[in-house]
Amino acid sequence: MSEQRSPSPYPLPNAGEETTAGLERHPVRAVERPPFGLRERIYVVEVWLGLAITFRHLFVNLWRHTRRALGLGGPPGAVTIQYPEDPAVVARRARSRHRLLKRDDGTPRCTACMMCETICPAECIHIRAEGSPAVIVEKRAKSFEIDLGLCVFCGYCVEACPVDAIRMDTGEVTLSALSREELLWTMPELLGDEPHGPHPLWPGGESEKRPGRFVY
Amino acid sequence: MSDLLWSFLLVCAALGFGLSISGLLGWVERKQSAVMQDRIGANRASIFGLRLIGLFHPIADALKTVTKEDFEPPFALQPWHRLAPTLSLAFSMAALAALPYGDTVVFADRSWSLQPLPLSAGVVFMLGMLSLGVHGVVMAGYASNSNYALLGGLRGAAQMISYEVSMVATLAAVLFVYGTLDLGAAARWQAEHGWGILYQPLGFLLFLAAGAAETKRIPFDVPEGESEIVGYFTEYSGMKFVMFMMTDFIETIVLSGLCTALFLGAWHVPGIAAIPQPWLGLAQVAVFIFKTLAMIFLLMQIRWTLPRFRFDQLLRLGWKNLLPLSLANAFVTLWAVYLLS
Repeated sequence: MSEQRSPSPYPLPNAGEETTAGLERHPVRAVERPPFGLRERIYVVEVWLGLAITFRHLFVNLWRHTRRALGLGGPPGAVTIQYPEDPAVVARRARSRHRLLKRDDGTPRCTACMMCETICPAECIHIRAEGSPAVIVEKRAKSFEIDLGLCVFCGYCVEACPVDAIRMDTGEVTLSALSREELLWTMPELLGDEPHGPHPLWPGGESEKRPGRFVY
Repeated sequence: MSDLLWSFLLVCAALGFGLSISGLLGWVERKQSAVMQDRIGANRASIFGLRLIGLFHPIADALKTVTKEDFEPPFALQPWHRLAPTLSLAFSMAALAALPYGDTVVFADRSWSLQPLPLSAGVVFMLGMLSLGVHGVVMAGYASNSNYALLGGLRGAAQMISYEVSMVATLAAVLFVYGTLDLGAAARWQAEHGWGILYQPLGFLLFLAAGAAETKRIPFDVPEGESEIVGYFTEYSGMKFVMFMMTDFIETIVLSGLCTALFLGAWHVPGIAAIPQPWLGLAQVAVFIFKTLAMIFLLMQIRWTLPRFRFDQLLRLGWKNLLPLSLANAFVTLWAVYLLS
């Protein structure tokens, strides 16, 4: 990419420049290496200690599996999630599929400021603006498309948004599709107004394709 | 004639035991490692929706390997490339026949031996078969005509020969105690005087370490190099690769059986002699198989607990630690046996 990015608000120290930033919060600690004595060198004792740990896990887990198989409840014997049957557990802070937020009156929060589209490293966000009839904002998005086939889920759009209009907290991560058309999400779908379906890519047509963008 | 038929039946039974257990070991390995690592393990293979805690996975594995393409590299040296897995597997399976699964049974006015191959030098036969297994490894490495495979084969040869030396020294100590090379006689001696592990606790540990090295499995899987270093069966695919895998499993069974026969009293448990004669044989076989399976369980646990040795660490352990210890054990035992007799 040829265009210049604005300098980072968190400048790194230059090469050779000493910094103590962060050291007062995280003082360096020297961890003593445990002595490597005879017991470690003859290895046999350590092997049995290691085996004790794995045997403990084995028998505790077998006991728990048996209890649950008999319908007695208790803690599970494994941390495994049987994924396609059970839903994937995504951490609350995990970056999942985007959504657009609305104001209290139901209008989209997006003011078409193009910050997300500008910062997007994958260039997967495509916004068209129009004048807003509301008094409080100047512009609004006429259309807002995200091509998840290009998105790298970096979350920069969420960081960049000045009006908290876009978030990546839906918890949806199973976004695979059989065609590229199904990977395009339009504004009503991102707002949750319409169910998601396939769309012709970049509905604006040939003129909407910006130079340098990957063309299918 | 009936002797021949009986021997044939016994050999078939021993083979069936070894092959079925080695098939099952794939499942045991998956499930045991899964449970001790707080996982569930392979459980997807199902027949009509019946999963049976993953027990169908060995069948799925077998189907997969049988139907898989058997690729032979054009640069491989034939027929040695084809011969190597057969050789490897055949010797380990031959060792199965000499294990003392039980004592003699008196039934229908004659006695039947429950040992398929009641050799007077059974221990030597077992050691010979285990040593000949090295030839399969070296042959696979050489005949693959590939540098990776050759180096893997050489590592395998160096490792197995190193650990055989300490294994023989350890076994010598036990055999001084029993005064016989016959595995059946050793089992009877233990039934009379107490299990071998009571007389040779250090020998048991040394034998376990050397034996684990003989099976070429983690922590001694340097010849195979499962994850990062490439081993002697790099140029094998499909069923021939599985034959090497099966060799490792069957060697595990053989070593567990040998350990049971020489250290854990073979078919003997206190009070087994009270069982009436024809059923005694069945009870002995059951006890022997149970002990063997327990030993396999322990070896599996070791395999999933310890990380792999580096090659120099491996050879140092073999030559500088195990060999002096096992030789000292043998000489002390010999001295004690001489003084007591």
